[in-house]
Amino acid sequence: MTDRRNLFNKVWDLHTVRSLAGGQTQLFIGLHLIHEVTSPQAFSILRDRGLTVQYPERTLATVDHIIPTDVQLRPFADGLAEEMMSAIEKNCRDFGIRLFNLDDKRQGVVHIVGPEQGLTQPGMTIACGDSHTSTHGAFGSIAFGIGTSQVADVLATQTLALSRPKVRRIEVTGTLRPGVYAKDVILHIIRKLGVQGGVGYAYEYAGKVFDRMSMEERMTVCNMSIEGGARCGYINPDQTTVDYVRGRPFAPKGTDFDRAATWWLSLASPKDAEFDDYVTFDGSAIEPTVTWGINPAQSVGVNETLPALATFTNDDQKGIRDAFEYMDLKELQPIRGLKINVAFIGSCTNGRISDLREAAAIAKGRHVATGVKALVVPGSQQVREQAISEGLDKIFEAAGFQWREAGCSMCLAMNPDKLQGREVCASSSNRNFKGRQGSPTGRTLLMSPAMVAAAAISGCVSDVRDLL
Amino acid sequence: MQNITQIFGSGVPLLLDDIDTDRIIPARFLRCVTFDGLGDHAFEDDRLQDKSHPFDDARFRHGSVLIGGRNFGCGSSREHAPQALMRWGIKAIIAESFAEIFFGNCTTLGIPCVAASRPDLDRLAKAVEENPTRVITIDLLSKQVRSDEIVFGIEILESARSSLTTGNWDFLGQLLDGATSVKQTASQLPYMTGFKA
Ligand code: SF4
Repeated sequence: MTDRRNLFNKVWDLHTVRSLAGGQTQLFIGLHLIHEVTSPQAFSILRDRGLTVQYPERTLATVDHIIPTDVQLRPFADGLAEEMMSAIEKNCRDFGIRLFNLDDKRQGVVHIVGPEQGLTQPGMTIACGDSHTSTHGAFGSIAFGIGTSQVADVLATQTLALSRPKVRRIEVTGTLRPGVYAKDVILHIIRKLGVQGGVGYAYEYAGKVFDRMSMEERMTVCNMSIEGGARCGYINPDQTTVDYVRGRPFAPKGTDFDRAATWWLSLASPKDAEFDDYVTFDGSAIEPTVTWGINPAQSVGVNETLPALATFTNDDQKGIRDAFEYMDLKELQPIRGLKINVAFIGSCTNGRISDLREAAAIAKGRHVATGVKALVVPGSQQVREQAISEGLDKIFEAAGFQWREAGCSMCLAMNPDKLQGREVCASSSNRNFKGRQGSPTGRTLLMSPAMVAAAAISGCVSDVRDLL
Repeated sequence: MQNITQIFGSGVPLLLDDIDTDRIIPARFLRCVTFDGLGDHAFEDDRLQDKSHPFDDARFRHGSVLIGGRNFGCGSSREHAPQALMRWGIKAIIAESFAEIFFGNCTTLGIPCVAASRPDLDRLAKAVEENPTRVITIDLLSKQVRSDEIVFGIEILESARSSLTTGNWDFLGQLLDGATSVKQTASQLPYMTGFKA
């Protein structure tokens, strides 16, 4: 009998320790990532119960969520942020965990740092107290977000109690048109399948469009799986994956690497693999996409108008009305031309070097519109350095963008970067929830980094293809 | 761990869809190293903007059964969200559906999340509005919600249900018990041995 298991099920089976009383699987976790916000209480659980960290070398810590991206002198002006920094430093010291702190060139947003350092590898199970852990699925790993009690579970046992999800294969065929990016692909998928379409599923992204994508583009897609309700999303490892991992600091070396690569490639879903569900989209029909509402499925192509209320069911109309009201928008209104106040380029969705290059290509030789505050926040110190070596910082600064230090910044606004009042922000991040960017009444429009740059330049939502 | 088979309490109607965890507890309150005190800030920004928010309504202040809509708890994995609800006084949630990470976080805290149909939720929410002190019983054994004349069936992931009803919802203890098997599994993973031949 040939093995028709998809990658997800193969990797799950390999990491299964045993079945628990309730029927859950005790699953071994190959890589555990932690950051300053969701870990302190987990260490308290360990201390309260007198437990140690079982495999300290399999956990990596970094700081990203609360750090300022302008002045980084310690102690931070924000006393609460400073307290969290001291907590992660002490916890890592006490329990023997490697920490990429601010003074370490490897620091950055946790989901950018793991892949960059070669810690993220195909065939692993990866967990982090952060829902965008799905990013790491781009390598053909099972990667998902967990809560703080589960962070304690992983620290103390290197395992989790989980129920196996179903697997849906999402195929995107054809060729993306110019000006359409990975971000548009995932926004389109979420728009079509809904914010809860993926609950109970892992998503396998397959087909020509993903085959041709770089690893960075694949990470953008997998990153937002959770926005579609899927706790994890992945892409099968191929030569692109192997080439990306080769030579990175934590990747295997020499003949070990060759053996690793063979194993990784062997995990890919076979052509006749079985799935619980299948969906197909035509990639050539995807437009540059912009969200207009308060969840990531509420989006339209840049040249479309907002949907009519009557196209929704009675139950759904309440939520749609709430979204229109919060955003101060009306049905059938065009999204193009909508004024913005702030432009944010960064986050674990779109804060990698290729994102900055795409945005810089639009910004080059142009200037941010009067009255628009625009900032570029690289996803990691390495991305920042690379961008500087390519002169991207100069391009952005000449165009009137602020060039910042690495961190999460205005993706969730736990640091000093926040929207004010009713400001509208064109953002390359992943969530347009009410209040997400720091002002309880602030408004977010999600789009690709190139589209954010275009919006910054023209002062309103624009079609990036006019500036290419 | 205690067996959780039935939860009794009065209701808090919040029948909205796609309530995300940023709304349940805004990010600025995550600047903390303990979960203490989060209860005061549950739904803080929604409450500021909606003066009739049920969490500010004296009639529901002693409610412990939250009635929600579809995709409850979506978005961020922050356990601060169920912690804030629990510390506010919520002991169980009945909704049309739940986001997965939130559901798991609640189960680990011993907060049952049970799913019901929209018409049943509508009926229950309306009844609670009319009589906020009516007692709601969530019965995990018979998979039913009962409140006087209102009785309807509920769904819950079987593994979560059995963990709650048998007192096995603190997973850490069980996971620790598997230590020997964990070593065994780890030793067979190629990356745990550095891909050596
Ligand atoms: S960049 Fe945003 S989504 Fe990503 S880890 Fe940071 S806060 Fe979370």
